[in-house]
Amino acid sequence: MVTSNQAPTLSAESQAQIDRELAKYPADQRRSALMSALRIAQVEHRWLSNELIAVVADYVGVPPIAAMEVATFYNMFDMKPVGKHKITVCTNLPCALSGGYQAADYLKQKLGIGFNETTADGKFTLKEGECMGACGYAPVLLVNNHSMCNHMTPDAIDKKLAELE
Amino acid sequence: MTVYVKGVVFEGVDFDDPKHWGIEAYMARGGYAALKKILSTGMTQDEIIAEMKTSGLRGRGGAGFPTGLKWSFMPRSFPGQKYLVCNTDEGEPGTFKDLDIIVDNPHALIEGMIIGGFAMGITVGYNYIHGEVFEAYERFEAALEEARAAGFLGDNILGTNFCFQLHGHHGYGAYICGEETALLESLEGKKGQPRFKPPFPASFGLYGKPTTINNTETFASVPFIIREGGQKFLELGKPNNGGTKLFSVSGHVNRPGNYEIPLGTPFSELLEMCGGMRDGKKLKAVIPGGSSAPVLPADIMMQCTMDYDSISKAGSMLGSGAVIVMDETTCMVKALERLSYFYFEESCGQCTPCREGTGWLYRVVHRIEQGLGRPEDLDLLLSVGGNIAGRTICALGDAAVMPVQGMLKHFRSEFEHHIEHKQCLVPGF
Repeated sequence: MVTSNQAPTLSAESQAQIDRELAKYPADQRRSALMSALRIAQVEHRWLSNELIAVVADYVGVPPIAAMEVATFYNMFDMKPVGKHKITVCTNLPCALSGGYQAADYLKQKLGIGFNETTADGKFTLKEGECMGACGYAPVLLVNNHSMCNHMTPDAIDKKLAELE
Repeated sequence: MTVYVKGVVFEGVDFDDPKHWGIEAYMARGGYAALKKILSTGMTQDEIIAEMKTSGLRGRGGAGFPTGLKWSFMPRSFPGQKYLVCNTDEGEPGTFKDLDIIVDNPHALIEGMIIGGFAMGITVGYNYIHGEVFEAYERFEAALEEARAAGFLGDNILGTNFCFQLHGHHGYGAYICGEETALLESLEGKKGQPRFKPPFPASFGLYGKPTTINNTETFASVPFIIREGGQKFLELGKPNNGGTKLFSVSGHVNRPGNYEIPLGTPFSELLEMCGGMRDGKKLKAVIPGGSSAPVLPADIMMQCTMDYDSISKAGSMLGSGAVIVMDETTCMVKALERLSYFYFEESCGQCTPCREGTGWLYRVVHRIEQGLGRPEDLDLLLSVGGNIAGRTICALGDAAVMPVQGMLKHFRSEFEHHIEHKQCLVPGF
């Protein structure tokens, strides 16, 4: 994790992943890999501090402001610390018709937090999300941005939370 | 859940086979035969584009623009680099078909893009994938590796002079990037804010180079058209509405999922395929083409067939084929409130009418829902909508207005009831 008085770094593994993304684009268009680079940095550090964004910008070779613009525009980037597991619940209309709000309410009650809050033990952050493109599988949750969970009835939520240690 | 009925994208896919998405299974069901046909018979670029035109295939991402015509716009003799881009940034509420394509049949998309590259003389392609479906992005990347290993992608494909590189690009959560010029900006590593058109991508696209952008399902339909002929594809649907189409059905039905059926299939039949209404409730309304499409009441919807022309004649649009089904318990004010919040949240902020107007729409619908509505609010909504629609760089503004107009056209009395009695007519969700 990032400490306040030390510049964050990108691990060798993160750098290798960013290099794979960079290779997809023309040599003079490294900026195209910026979004992936920020994603990879966020996976390693859990959230994007200003210092980390500057490190990513430097690695990709763009001004820090260019990276900051991207980080603040796309809503899966976390600009503030989040819990170990970020759970995003879709409540858009198609999900709402099939239990999206019930799933959100169940999570709130079970975790004892509201949207945009983190549990006291730092384990879970709950977010309300917009359409994830999986409406037929409602209710849907996204765990840590990358793992889609379908048909999240209360039983399925219990099971999922137990898995997320 | 994909429920295959009759269609060209998922034809022959055995969903029970864990490797149904892989290259071996794809080739066993005729995959890459279209590409081999082109490269071995010397089929020309003009012949491919003519076949695409014959097919009547219209863009499956929402706009419904004829694909063959779009391909013919590409300046084939342009000397510099050109790009082919696939739009898998599927974020229109109600739509989840492209997700299933890249998860369950990614090679159909890959083959379609290779053919598109050949037809337009393009050597590099990107597939921009919706941020929230990371696992699908990984599946697509795995499929690309298979295609490279088999010699279908890369340099000198199948021993010819034809070269085509294809890469996946993962988004990170912005509905606006489904708009093609916002997608290009995003692919260039910037905020996804749409560009003014013209110039159109065919002349000034990715990195300022000529670029063709098609939807995932559009590309995935190409191998069938080349293999079996455009005429055969056309005949699967109806004139001006060629072929089959994936419909993403969500909401109050017994079996939500993707249904691939011929264009022109009556809505009533689609509803039956979905096992009918959940809990035997009565159908109230349907949003037939994704959240941006105006809602249609049950009686009109039951008369419609699922194709561009029929839905358009009924006053809505087929869009991406996302069918959101609502039963008699759905409060239309609540439904609109949620959709209006979505557009407010997702406006990129570039154009004032959309940035400010979507907030107005949401706040006014929200206060009606909260029991604080005023009688003049309904006309206010239409007035605000009139000041957004047609006054913005991209279509997000129009997309925010159409649900409001549709709801007030067909369910105005329910909104009036809400304002007068300060509560929902029906419980909602």
